[in-house]
Amino acid sequence: MVKAKLKVFSLLARYWAYLFLILEFIFFASMARGFFSLRVIQNILFFGTPIFLLGTAETFVIITGGIDLSVGFVMGFATVLAAKLVAAFIGLGMGPAAGLALGVGITLIVGLIPGFINGTLVARLDVPPFIATFAMFGISHGVSELLLGGVWAKNLPHLANAIGNGFFLYVVPGKALSLFQRPIVQRGQAVLEIIPNVVVITFFFILIVAFLLKRMKFGHHTYAIGGNIDAAVKAGINVKKHLVRVYMLSSFLATLAGAIYVLKYVTGKGDAGAAFLLDSIVAVVIGGASLYGGKGTVGRTILGCCILATLETGLRVLGVSTFDKFIAVGVILIIAVLIDQFSPELVHKED
Amino acid sequence: MSQISVQQIDTGKPGFLEVVAKNWAALFLLILLVVFSFTGKGFFSLANLQTIVHLSTVLLLLAAAETFVIISGGIDLSVGMVMGFTAILSAKIMQILYKAEMPQGASILIGCAVGLAACIIPGLISGILVARYRVPPFIATLGTWGVTLGVQLKICGGYTIPFLPPKLVSIGNGFLFYVQPGHFFRLFKPPPLIEESQIQEVLRIIPNSFIFLLIVLGVTWHLLRNTQFGQHTYAIGGSMDAAVRAGIDIRRHILRIYVLSSFLAGLAGVFNVFQSGLGNFTRFNAMYELFAIAGVIIGGASLMGGKGRIFGSVTGVLIIGVLETGLLISGVEPFYRFIAVGVILIVAVVIDHLFPDLF
Amino acid sequence: MGYLLEVRNITKRFGGLVAVNDVSVGLNAGEVIGIVGDNGAGKSTLIKVISGVHRPEAGTIHFMGEEFKIESPMDALKLGIETIYQDLALAENMNVYSNIFLGREKLKKWLGMIKVLDHEYMHNESRKVLNSLEIEIPSLRNIIRVLSGGQRQAVAISRSIYWDARVLIMDEPTAGLAVAEQSKVLKLVNRLKEQGIGIIIITHQLHDVFSVSDRLIVMRRGQKVGERITKKTNTDEIVRLIIGAETVET
Repeated sequence: MVKAKLKVFSLLARYWAYLFLILEFIFFASMARGFFSLRVIQNILFFGTPIFLLGTAETFVIITGGIDLSVGFVMGFATVLAAKLVAAFIGLGMGPAAGLALGVGITLIVGLIPGFINGTLVARLDVPPFIATFAMFGISHGVSELLLGGVWAKNLPHLANAIGNGFFLYVVPGKALSLFQRPIVQRGQAVLEIIPNVVVITFFFILIVAFLLKRMKFGHHTYAIGGNIDAAVKAGINVKKHLVRVYMLSSFLATLAGAIYVLKYVTGKGDAGAAFLLDSIVAVVIGGASLYGGKGTVGRTILGCCILATLETGLRVLGVSTFDKFIAVGVILIIAVLIDQFSPELVHKED
Repeated sequence: MSQISVQQIDTGKPGFLEVVAKNWAALFLLILLVVFSFTGKGFFSLANLQTIVHLSTVLLLLAAAETFVIISGGIDLSVGMVMGFTAILSAKIMQILYKAEMPQGASILIGCAVGLAACIIPGLISGILVARYRVPPFIATLGTWGVTLGVQLKICGGYTIPFLPPKLVSIGNGFLFYVQPGHFFRLFKPPPLIEESQIQEVLRIIPNSFIFLLIVLGVTWHLLRNTQFGQHTYAIGGSMDAAVRAGIDIRRHILRIYVLSSFLAGLAGVFNVFQSGLGNFTRFNAMYELFAIAGVIIGGASLMGGKGRIFGSVTGVLIIGVLETGLLISGVEPFYRFIAVGVILIVAVVIDHLFPDLF
Repeated sequence: MGYLLEVRNITKRFGGLVAVNDVSVGLNAGEVIGIVGDNGAGKSTLIKVISGVHRPEAGTIHFMGEEFKIESPMDALKLGIETIYQDLALAENMNVYSNIFLGREKLKKWLGMIKVLDHEYMHNESRKVLNSLEIEIPSLRNIIRVLSGGQRQAVAISRSIYWDARVLIMDEPTAGLAVAEQSKVLKLVNRLKEQGIGIIIITHQLHDVFSVSDRLIVMRRGQKVGERITKKTNTDEIVRLIIGAETVET
């Protein structure tokens, strides 16, 4: 009898996050009509893309036992750079697709630099990650404001908007099915929109990265460094090079988030990502990773991101102030950690 | 992590290089002051220097709070919010009382008292989470950050609290000495009945905020340096094991540290009300705590714990303050400040790494 | 003549594992006993019972003839039973005299009113105790991190002595030390003996324990399998007891 009870508790503790997500949905669905609908769920995913990407970025860094405080402003920097570049290319007469592709492409490459600097500071100069990434946080903030020069980026091609706010699949029930292109219909005809493009892009990259973490040497080494850095060194892993790569991956994902932001909102904003830094770290913790390193998976972080994204959208739908959101996030965070503390044996038995 | 530790055996006479490294932050501050005096008109003036200190007061108080927490091996991300919460709460009380016709002095005092009493609650929460439930300080104080942010905003509804007793501003921005050379010399009160033309001549010396700051910093300095509380803080940060085996009550001490941190943040909040004459809430993207922490680290503390001094933290914060004002007066765009602070922070850590054993 | 410290019939279990099985040991003042045995023999657990870290399932502890209940490290410390663990439990970031006085700092009144740390007192008292043990550390203001392994041991030992330890338990005192320092530590142990302190040493280094101890206790699988007077035994016999080959003919 006792054993059965223990089993239930351990199951609960292990999967509490899933449970919480479900409860959240039920809660919001009961408070707001139409919450549990395709449209709303897609909204959640749409608005949550930065959280998913930044959360994934943090996952890698946190597993190595570090932290990346710069992701928010690297994202902001990326939005500014991408917006300015694309606008410049269009201004030079390039076609919208080319300009967009080139602008975003260059941004993604440049976005590796902050990560390179972070990684070098941490790995080669022994600067604690908190400090190194905080410094980068400030620096990217400064640089993006400088680039912006106080003027919001404009003149971006309509294509950006189309991609950013478009959907992968359009279904006209009973009649047609179309990829990427919104079908032209009679007035009054319902068109089902399925999966926003940006969500597709986001999850495409996240899946690749998750695979990297789970199945490839890169991932294994990441866990090894987080678990016991000395052992990793002695096992022949080039820890310094690896750490630099991890931070570069983090800033790449943040940059990607910035590029997607530009597609969505057709502008660049220095502090676009600032709000998501907190969310990303909380998501990783909710997902069960330890701030001391060595634990965590992309999947569980995404779960944490979902919880937060749902919370955000749900509160917005209910018209609740953002004030309460912070309280809620704070409380959830504490609950997550307490659960983790109280049931270490239960939760991690299978590790 | 590889340690390039240089063995510094104390033979009683520190080498020149050691003195420089130990006090590089103070030296750097001096250099900054000198440089800005040249690049900015009016930088090196009594008025301007006093302004820098005056404006840095809040950050200095927050840095004092962080100093204790960081030395003990933890971190407190909630200080900025506790400050805002205290400011809002005190201001609200003052506003209500003042509106209800209570005399200014009383409403101010009661507002302060309530604020300072309430401000230790977040500290208690963080402290209990860290001490009793072993929650990592980063997370515990992040949680408190969020909760305090929300509570604070709920009280003020997202608006600054106005209509506070006017005396606040005159106390908060007043000076100890008002001197009109050749004419008079007054304490605390600005001279009455002065003509417009003569206002320029009045020298204002030693802001009240400075006195307040000196007292608070003096007490915290003493606490850290001369008391058992200070010793134990260093011990816990340096080697938790040693502290436990020496019989130190770790849980109680850590709880006290976070309560102290919260209280100092509360003082900062109350001071903010005096300084601005309004109840200001802390926006979610204000980075007070990060700058306070940066100041403490620049001042020589280590995020690992076991190291740090009040004097160092003060220097660190002043460097940030001087940088900001100096760059501003020199006509440089303020965003360079972020970059500059970032770079200095890194330099501080690297130097600390090269000379790890200096206290 | 009664023992200074005596433990009788101590049994300690962890779940189903019996770590210490009905062990009795006696220690006289001014005597050094070595507890030896292979890994898992129960030596560490036994001393943790004596120093209050673990509570035994059975058995009693007697100090100076009286029975005491030791239920926490503080209880043991109050009796004067001090334990020096392998990791020494020193604060690396603090200096020598601060470590010696850690947790028991001396205060003085400043301006007649405010209580402040009495650095001078602590420094001088520390110097006295270090001198009495003939330990050389040039400046007590050095922080622990810059001291050698042997010097750290010395500081840890001095801390116990200063607080009037009657019984000193040392867990692997010479582990990781350079040869010259090892002999210094052993010399220190002898000096402590002269001062009438009872010492229990746990070690793998039979050589050490043969050079300073008066008696040897061998443990194997939680039980006491042998007790010999050091002068009357030799390494072979002890090794045989440790590995349980008493019946093997030489």
